[in-house]
Amino acid sequence: MTVEPMAGSGQPIFVRRFDRYNRLLHGFLMLSFLGLAFTGMPLLFSHEAWAARLARLFGGFGSAGILHRLFALTMIAVFVLHLVRIGRRVFQGKDLSMLWGPSSMVPQPRDLLEMVGHIRWFVGAGPRPKFDDFTYWEKFDYWAVFWGMAIIGGSGMLLWMPEFFAHLLPGWVFNIAMIVHGEEALLAVGFIFTIHFFNGHLRPEKFPMDTVIFSGRVTLDELQHERPDQYARLIREGRLDEHVIGDAPAWVHTLGRVVGTLAVLFGLTMVGLILYAVQ
Amino acid sequence: MIRFRHLLSSAALVLGCLATPGWAGPLGQASAPKPPSNDDCLACHSDPGAARANGRLVTVKPEQFGGSVHGQAGVACVDCHADLGKTAEFPHAEKLAPAQCATCHDKTVASYDHGVHAQARRSRANLTAATCADCHGSHDIKPAADPESRTHHLMLLETCGRCHGDEAIIKRGNIAIGNVVDLFRDSIHGRALIRSGLSVAPTCTDCHNSHDILRKTDAASRVFRKTIPATCGHCHEGIVRDYWTSIHGQQVHNNSPLAPVCTSCHTAHAIKRADVEGWKLDVINECGTCHEESIKTYRDTFHGQVTALGYSRVALCADCHGSHTIVPKSDPRSLVSSARVVGTCKKCHAGATSSFARYDPHGDPDNRERNPFLFYTSKFMRMLLFGVFAFFGIHTSLWFGREAQIKTTRRWRQRSRATRKGDRP
Repeated sequence: MTVEPMAGSGQPIFVRRFDRYNRLLHGFLMLSFLGLAFTGMPLLFSHEAWAARLARLFGGFGSAGILHRLFALTMIAVFVLHLVRIGRRVFQGKDLSMLWGPSSMVPQPRDLLEMVGHIRWFVGAGPRPKFDDFTYWEKFDYWAVFWGMAIIGGSGMLLWMPEFFAHLLPGWVFNIAMIVHGEEALLAVGFIFTIHFFNGHLRPEKFPMDTVIFSGRVTLDELQHERPDQYARLIREGRLDEHVIGDAPAWVHTLGRVVGTLAVLFGLTMVGLILYAVQ
Repeated sequence: MIRFRHLLSSAALVLGCLATPGWAGPLGQASAPKPPSNDDCLACHSDPGAARANGRLVTVKPEQFGGSVHGQAGVACVDCHADLGKTAEFPHAEKLAPAQCATCHDKTVASYDHGVHAQARRSRANLTAATCADCHGSHDIKPAADPESRTHHLMLLETCGRCHGDEAIIKRGNIAIGNVVDLFRDSIHGRALIRSGLSVAPTCTDCHNSHDILRKTDAASRVFRKTIPATCGHCHEGIVRDYWTSIHGQQVHNNSPLAPVCTSCHTAHAIKRADVEGWKLDVINECGTCHEESIKTYRDTFHGQVTALGYSRVALCADCHGSHTIVPKSDPRSLVSSARVVGTCKKCHAGATSSFARYDPHGDPDNRERNPFLFYTSKFMRMLLFGVFAFFGIHTSLWFGREAQIKTTRRWRQRSRATRKGDRP
């Protein structure tokens, strides 16, 4: 082991968590998600005064619809790029670690145990689980996007080109598509703008925000504290050195803080509008 | 001269006859009471200052009367002011019987007597209600064909508006309908009259009649519910012919108290052009006042949502169902009957097929009979939403509590450690 925590100099040591490609994809995912939420919600809450105002802000329902489709295409592109990358690593790079094991996003028995352990820790009935690279709630977020892409993306395509899809499917499918698109969007928006924000940024340990998704790195301290099993594994395998990198440039931190704050503010505003409408 | 002195001493007409000393001559010579001629009357009444004791002017401008329909026809003052025909004493008493229009216009006055204005006066409910002179004037009455007449087609709105556009009179007279003239001015009919000066555009009397104006609750009224289509059809003949073939028309014909007549959708006085965005969107809610279920399910669809946001470029009720020719879906003439529905979808969705038309534009997720798949999908989605938010809601709250507690404990420990350090010398 060549790396010591804090290395005695007081300077934090950084460990890479997300590479540039994934950070960029997440950036576009955020942008398209916010765009879709703000251009779509006016329709779902069309009886509210704020909905009409929001639709006017986007230049009327016509241009809001065009923007909604552009954001949708952006999100689909993000999704496809991600799948292509995984496919290449699995099939060309023969890297099967993504399909099972600690660096895989695939849910595994330990996730269930960790979830139970985590809840026991919440109520003071046990120690905090020793998480590895990806936790159960992170995996839930990740797979929720897959499910969402299938449900919202699929129904969205049906509603975009009903005349074409009516050649393949009976018309009542559009009734299903309509309700599924709206309800699932409500679920996604509600989940991301409350639960995901809380898990990532707003809980006391992270407050006001965690910039890891923008900088791509965590301090060795954080790694030891939050993912002790990953830390132990990297030490055991003697691979920690591979992951140690310098600090991100200052502008990345600034950008992360600005974009992150804006996203949280916009998201919470949308949650507020929805709660106002359904109360 | 005696009469002349008497006149001078009279407080009633102060200035009236001073300038006309020759006035007493002919009357003085008369032995039997002979009705005064118009010139006799005008001798006093043409004076611009002729007034009663209370100051109210009683001037008659000779040229105005001469130009009026009665002046032209040679009607004498005493023909209307009949009680003066038998009076020998001049100046006459201040209070005269009202001019009796019925002497000549007996049929017209009889129909006025049927009307709301006469009724209001008779029942003393509204003593400001219009009499003949309120609409026609008195000494200056012109025939309705004269553009200057108060009863000319283009002037009537102003004439009726003197009461029906005056908030004070409306309040005093308890006129339930309110300021209709204001509503009418901005209507398609009002604009045609006022802005375009169209003499074929209807004014008040075209729907309400002029003399026998009856309440809308009166079966003989032209604005009685069941009669309204015929009244509108007086001009909109083709539309009303269509309307009578529609389900609404048939039901009105069969005395349905609910089925809409023209004004139910178009309003009575504030009628808007049918292609105005605001009206197109408003009329959806109008349909919805009776078709509650349909508007509820419509609002859940893309069409209903876009219109609720204020844009009319999607299907409105009438785009699919038609408007004046509307018939039930079971009727093969219906635009949404199984035989015609694809063609109706095609008006907007050019590539629509019979499969496309199996979409339910009024799909109801709560109706298992009508939309079974939608029903179960909706149930599933609601359970999914509830499940996810319930689980993560609890998860998040517990997590928050735990981390907040750890943070406070740590801070408390640090503080107590710092205090202990400080205690040591």
